Amino acid sequence: MMESQAFQKIYTQLINMTKATVTLKAKGVGYDEMAMVHGRRAQVVKLMGDLVTLQVFAGTEGIPTNAEVTFLGRPPQLKVSEELGGRFFDAYGDPIDGGPQVEGEIRDIGSPSVNPVRRKQPSQLIATGIAGIDLNNSLVSGQKIPFFADPDQPYNQVMANVALRAKADKIILGGMGLTNDDYLFFKNVFQNAGELDRIVSFVNTTENPPVERLLVPDMALTAAEYFAVDKNESVLVLLTDMTLFADALSIVSNRMDQIPSKDSMPGSLYSDLARIYEKAVQFPSGGSITIIAVTTLSGGDITHAIPDNTGYITEGQLFLRRDTEIGKVIVDPFRSLSRLKQLVIGKQTRADHPQVMNAAIRLYADAANAKTKLENGFDLTDYDERTLAFAKAYSDKLLAIDVNVDTDTMLNISWELLGKHFTKAEVGIKQEFVDQYWVGE
Amino acid sequence: MERNNKTTGKVAGIVANLVIVEVDGPVAQNEICFIQHNEERLMAEVIKVVGVNAYVQVFESTRGVRIGSSVEFENHMLEVSLGPGILSRNYDGLQNDLDKMDGVFLKRGDYTDPLNRVDKWGFKPLAKVGDKVTAGDWLGEVMENSVPHKIMVPFKMDKRYELKSLAEAGDYTVDETIAVVVDDEGQEFPLTMVQKWPVKMAVRAYKDKPRPFKLLETGVRCIDTLNPITEGGTGFIPGPFGTGKTVLQHAISKQAEADVVIIAACGERANEVVEIFTEFPELDDPRTGRKLIERTTIIANTSNMPVAAREASVYTAMTLAEYYRSMGLKVLLMADSTSRWAQALREMSNRLEELPGPDAFPMDLSAVISNFYSRAGFVYLPNGSTGSITFIGTVSPAGGNLKEPVTEGTRKAARCFYGLSQARADSKRYPAIDPIDSYSKYLEYPEVMENLKKNVGEEWLADVIKAKDILLRGKEAMEQINILGDDGVPMAFHDRFWKSELIDFVILQQDAFDAIDASTPMERQKYMLSSVLGVADAEFKYKGFEDVSVFFKEVINIYKQMNYAEFESDDFKKHESALQELLKGRMN
Ligand SMILES: Nc1ncnc2c1ncn2[C@@H]1O[C@H](COP(=O)(O)OP(=O)(O)O)[C@@H](O)[C@H]1O
Ligand SMILES: [Mg+2]
Repeated sequence: MMESQAFQKIYTQLINMTKATVTLKAKGVGYDEMAMVHGRRAQVVKLMGDLVTLQVFAGTEGIPTNAEVTFLGRPPQLKVSEELGGRFFDAYGDPIDGGPQVEGEIRDIGSPSVNPVRRKQPSQLIATGIAGIDLNNSLVSGQKIPFFADPDQPYNQVMANVALRAKADKIILGGMGLTNDDYLFFKNVFQNAGELDRIVSFVNTTENPPVERLLVPDMALTAAEYFAVDKNESVLVLLTDMTLFADALSIVSNRMDQIPSKDSMPGSLYSDLARIYEKAVQFPSGGSITIIAVTTLSGGDITHAIPDNTGYITEGQLFLRRDTEIGKVIVDPFRSLSRLKQLVIGKQTRADHPQVMNAAIRLYADAANAKTKLENGFDLTDYDERTLAFAKAYSDKLLAIDVNVDTDTMLNISWELLGKHFTKAEVGIKQEFVDQYWVGE
Repeated sequence: MERNNKTTGKVAGIVANLVIVEVDGPVAQNEICFIQHNEERLMAEVIKVVGVNAYVQVFESTRGVRIGSSVEFENHMLEVSLGPGILSRNYDGLQNDLDKMDGVFLKRGDYTDPLNRVDKWGFKPLAKVGDKVTAGDWLGEVMENSVPHKIMVPFKMDKRYELKSLAEAGDYTVDETIAVVVDDEGQEFPLTMVQKWPVKMAVRAYKDKPRPFKLLETGVRCIDTLNPITEGGTGFIPGPFGTGKTVLQHAISKQAEADVVIIAACGERANEVVEIFTEFPELDDPRTGRKLIERTTIIANTSNMPVAAREASVYTAMTLAEYYRSMGLKVLLMADSTSRWAQALREMSNRLEELPGPDAFPMDLSAVISNFYSRAGFVYLPNGSTGSITFIGTVSPAGGNLKEPVTEGTRKAARCFYGLSQARADSKRYPAIDPIDSYSKYLEYPEVMENLKKNVGEEWLADVIKAKDILLRGKEAMEQINILGDDGVPMAFHDRFWKSELIDFVILQQDAFDAIDASTPMERQKYMLSSVLGVADAEFKYKGFEDVSVFFKEVINIYKQMNYAEFESDDFKKHESALQELLKGRMN
């Protein structure tokens, strides 16, 4: 949305310049307002007397001190309408698919929060067919949850699978620092599924300036709120990769000379991420926004400030890990969690679901202990051997991300494995369920 | 802060929610002001003054605000309104009634009345005309839901007064005059049911604050049995994300033996507050049979709400708690999470370019935390009644590392430490409170020991210490087994380890989502502990070390069925006799 308005005052004297910001004298400027500096987009980040500091998203390289500056008199905005469907945009909401500009109602991005008393408790199970998710970490519409994965994990593929199986009315992709290949991957998957018209994408690729990424989640969520609030639709928002978003935050805060806190991240990282993730909501009118994100890790380290702050904000996390034992990527049952699962499991799924899930994971943990014993060169007991055999089968038949079955089948497979490897006492499930589902003697 | 004319000013600088205001008169630290932006008035608080520049933190987004906008100072600090009608309300961090706001989205500058000015309350006088009264003295009473709500001499009235007139029993709105008091100089003060109090100041309308000595039952076994908290006690729950801080706090707030529960959702998830809104109106208060929501007030400043109001939210919650304590009530105050409050302080301190302390937190963080915790406590009121605020805060340590400033600062202030362990949470041993590292300092108080002996049982403390020893020795045995191998240690080590597992599975682990297991009354806790200790004392025959685990798994399995059964029901007894059967066959 390039814009120049008539009678706009043009400023031509920059006083200070850093890699990311310019400062000039101007009057009547509002905080957060957008501006154009030398043809590049910028936003007001500081007002001090008559001095205005602007953050130039694409950086200040080559900008002269006599560059033209105009103020747009508005915060960043997006035009919303049904025309968004099937389209690809950049971080500013301009089309990158060669199509025309979208006509529609103008909305400020980064809008206020939902009043907590106006929210509804999420309650609709989202089935993905992946047992590492549906069995152990069930998703619910209105939830916000990231994949935690090392950069070499196939997180974008898993996310695309989940998205297409989730039966959402709209899917909104917010791509941040996507490689061109990944961008084309998403485009192809959506196209091949014949679903393109229910998908809207806002993409910042590695070819674009990193700071522009900061606008992507707000753009995606403004579109999401339009569909969820105005059209009462269930909307699934995919944000990948939020680690690159956070990196952009740290670039900006560093350039603005702010005191960094842990891992050179800004002290406001928690609030910055929460503002985005808390847009996930179930509205009373039926619309909902579900956020599935990707947070890439460095060497599986979840104590780094980015995954750490994320975990404190989101409603769980899905931890992807390669299981060398079976040669497949699994959803790790220890590090993964869905905090909303208790709203649906055993209620929208079979009553034995919670107990079966917990028992299997506990026994899987016993297998981990047995493995440690083995590595330390000790003899294994019969029980140890059985837990190891169980763990391998459990990993292969249920945890692997290539599983695609319904929840009842997942539970039946669990009972089979429990019955095959353990006694009733070892499994320790409530008697009524054992009576009903136990396989074997 | 007595001033005749309002001080005004103009906006001179803006960085995020920090605004610099050039003022034309006196301002006070922490004074409230409003910035006029188009049709909206944005509330802010003074946090620093340099010459004619007041630095204010705005409780709202500053988007669009311009240099030169006018500002009006209010002559008072951030205050709450205290009166009947606070219970079952949902407030934001500044005590705006969230239910009174229009629309799905919060609107900037939308401030709503925390009280209902229309409804009438059935007032019953408690004092007599001619009484000498001071701040906090009870003048009368109204029933708020099922809680007797005292109408008091306002806390701000700092002299002695004579009660000149008092309304008769009858129905009044909160704004009607219900009493008139006169001071020594003959000046009269009409009083209503409403008073105001600045949230950052502690209410001191009590006579005496002794050390807490009475157990506060929470129904959570690994708290009540192992590391009990007291009425008026303080505790904190640190733990990495996902280890169960919020679930534990919710469980305590549902079950604890309190008259009033105040929950400050401070910078955490909105859906968790929605859970309370949704569940509490349905759940029964086990003591009164009324709905839980009737004794509960929620202060919600969720993580996406303005950061400055997050800091205010815990103080707002504490002030409401102090108000109800002054009525002689047992108040339970929960804050989830105090780390978010500390982070709000950090964000502001960084914007002010103050010299940072460890991890960029403000230097005085530890003092701020201690000062806050010190407002909790058990008190004797001037009329001899007692009241209490039991405070439990969660801490969200960065990277799960307990050696960070908020955890360390809180450790100095709180008397109970309920540390949640990642390893326990990973293996679904909920609640994941680490039984070895956690502690309750109250167990060392002679007055608490006395009280436990009298109310729970003469042998109780000895049993608790024994259970703790078994857990510790079990852990040591396990370490030895891990080093030397299953067959490299004597059989006694396996026995020891499995006896500690028995206590872990039966007493410590508790299913917060099971209708029966979720809450265990003290009597049942006592029964179960003595039963389990009986097993731990016994000697059994084993065929080999593998047999130890087979046997104890069976024992644990039966005990778990007992935990899921109604206490002393047929089902419970059936499992218990199966257990006796099993044990008998194995006794040495
Ligand atoms: N006592 C418990 N019983 C069963 N599950 C629990 C218990 N405590 C925690 N959990 C599980 O752990 C998840 C995270 O707990 P929560 O209290 O939200 O963690 P935190 O507040 O520490 O981040 C819950 O959603 C639930 O699945
Ligand atoms: Mg929590």
